[in-house]
Amino acid sequence: MSDIIRRDPRAEWIARNRLHPLHAAMQPAQASWMGPNGVLRKNVHGAGFIGPNGLKRIDRSGAQQGGTVKRSVSVEVQLPLHRIATPAFYVAVVPDMVGGRLSNHDRDLLGLAHALAGNEGAVLAVIFGEHKETTFDTAGVDRLLILEGSVFSGYSPEQRVQGLRAVDNQFDPHHWLLPDSRNGGGELGRRFAASLGERPSTRVWQVAGEQCIGRAGAGAQDLLRPVSRLILAQAECAEPVSETRHEVLPVELSTAVVRSLPRIEDLGAVAVDPALIPMSEAEFIFSGGNGVKDWALFHRTAVALGATEGASRVAVDDGFMMRDRQVGASGTWVTARVYVAVGISGAIQHLQGIGACDKVVAINLDPTCDMIKRADLSVIGESSAILEALIEAVDTYRNGAKRNAA
Amino acid sequence: MGRSAMQPEMEGPVDKDALHVISLVSVGAHPTSGRPRRAEQDARAVELGLQLAGDNLHVLHAGNAEEPALRGYLGMGVDELHVLAQPPGADAVPGLTDYIRESGVQLVLTGSQAETGEGSGMLPYLLAESLGWPLVVGLAEVESMSNGSAQVLQALPRGQRRRLKVRLPFLATVDNAAPKPRQSAYGPAQRGLLDVEEVEVVIDEVFTGADLTPAKPRPKRLKVIKAKSGADRMKAATAKASGGGGQVLKGLTAQEGAGAILKLLVEEGVVR
Repeated sequence: MSDIIRRDPRAEWIARNRLHPLHAAMQPAQASWMGPNGVLRKNVHGAGFIGPNGLKRIDRSGAQQGGTVKRSVSVEVQLPLHRIATPAFYVAVVPDMVGGRLSNHDRDLLGLAHALAGNEGAVLAVIFGEHKETTFDTAGVDRLLILEGSVFSGYSPEQRVQGLRAVDNQFDPHHWLLPDSRNGGGELGRRFAASLGERPSTRVWQVAGEQCIGRAGAGAQDLLRPVSRLILAQAECAEPVSETRHEVLPVELSTAVVRSLPRIEDLGAVAVDPALIPMSEAEFIFSGGNGVKDWALFHRTAVALGATEGASRVAVDDGFMMRDRQVGASGTWVTARVYVAVGISGAIQHLQGIGACDKVVAINLDPTCDMIKRADLSVIGESSAILEALIEAVDTYRNGAKRNAA
Repeated sequence: MGRSAMQPEMEGPVDKDALHVISLVSVGAHPTSGRPRRAEQDARAVELGLQLAGDNLHVLHAGNAEEPALRGYLGMGVDELHVLAQPPGADAVPGLTDYIRESGVQLVLTGSQAETGEGSGMLPYLLAESLGWPLVVGLAEVESMSNGSAQVLQALPRGQRRRLKVRLPFLATVDNAAPKPRQSAYGPAQRGLLDVEEVEVVIDEVFTGADLTPAKPRPKRLKVIKAKSGADRMKAATAKASGGGGQVLKGLTAQEGAGAILKLLVEEGVVR
């Protein structure tokens, strides 16, 4: 049952027209009213509703108020559960988990894994450390293996290869699928391939039957070859899983992972001047529009947050920002993971430009604007006051962290 | 060359005289015409090698020594190019492994992917595996080298950098974050020497059978709407892009609003 309100204009017209012969019948039936002698009168015939088999039902529990009340069924479609009790074989996937979540690339890969696993095999996702993902079931993960421990934290490619080798020994997957991306998957997959001594199919963009097609050379050639055990696949290599729900049963390694002597030590991220990062690949963009009145404060906030600055078309046209900072259809199409829009109402051209952003935060005075509808978190209020408070909050956060560290 | 004699070269982070570097180069292909040229990323590897080691840079190629495009690397100011002569289709890894192991260098630089052939990008990984050396992927800068270890910056996606400490000797690949290669000059390119060495040929059987075809444009993904009813289809066709009910904070003080924003930014890991 949909929650669209159905109207009957003819019935409404009859109800308004006192001279119509059916006028009385179209009046809303009153369930109870005060009689002339101060006694409450009730219309017992109005109670209840006609049940599915044509009989009148009266539900006195109060749970159901008859057929007159609109039941708004939220369309939460429960997808059919794809259950693999005893997997004949495994297809292992090592998603990138950028920011602790499955990326679109990861989902495409899981779709490919699901296609390779068919109805007998199970898709095994191998994840390092903590994650924030909640939709493994609809992404197509049958078995989930989380390799935890401080040895896998940070940049630890050699230790991760050891972890994957342990998984390989225990589960012996038919295929290993890794994203051929710069977010770690391409590197880890090649290290793993070199460690196993297997020749991977790299830069694969289509798998059809026993053959797969990958790009070769500088991307001007295609290489058709038999599907190998290790596949490094590009984005959009297959359709993501969309029609089934999966079990996400946790599995564990029976043996401990071999500790490798770390030859590469991670000394942490280096602060990069955010203004030098090209807009199209900046991770965190702080963007201002018509609602920003104090541009000096806007720049100070961007520096305090360590974000790359962006702007809407209006701010650029008014001369507050340079043209190369414009976000949107006629400017740059950004791919930021976090996009903060200050005083931007959200013209459709601007929303197109931020289509690939994961999390959008809006600061705006107008609670009805389109940017608020797009945003994951919106704060309604005067931007200047909020930006001042934000600078202060960031300062306390950083100083507090320093105090705790000391 | 005279350059190092004229000015003391100690201002860099690395002692140039003590450091020996090998840059591995291949023959590239021009993206439009497909003509042989110096490969873009390999030229960056040579540039980084020149900046680090100066005259102690050793440029190494495995393949056809007759290829004129190889002289593009000599034109960058390298006196000599070492070639391990191999026919096309031969496996470069065994010959390179032996050569590098005997050379006693501290650092080997390569591009991250060849511009011709399979271009799987596996060579540095296989070399590192067979040499038993650590591998740094996406080297952007070498900050310092001392006590048998180097402190380097690794390029990450989205313009980020990560500082790593790695044991010497090590292998590193460079990508587009490494310094831009200097121009190749014609005169030095013609004057430069090619030192050709014959090595044992191991034919890569798997790849010889594979066929390379001109790249097909990839199919554009269609937006499939799996709606059961007409109303759903109409909704999908007309709906504006929306995050689907984000959290709206209304009537809060500026401090509370800023706190909520900061919480999200910290959770996402963009404010550190």
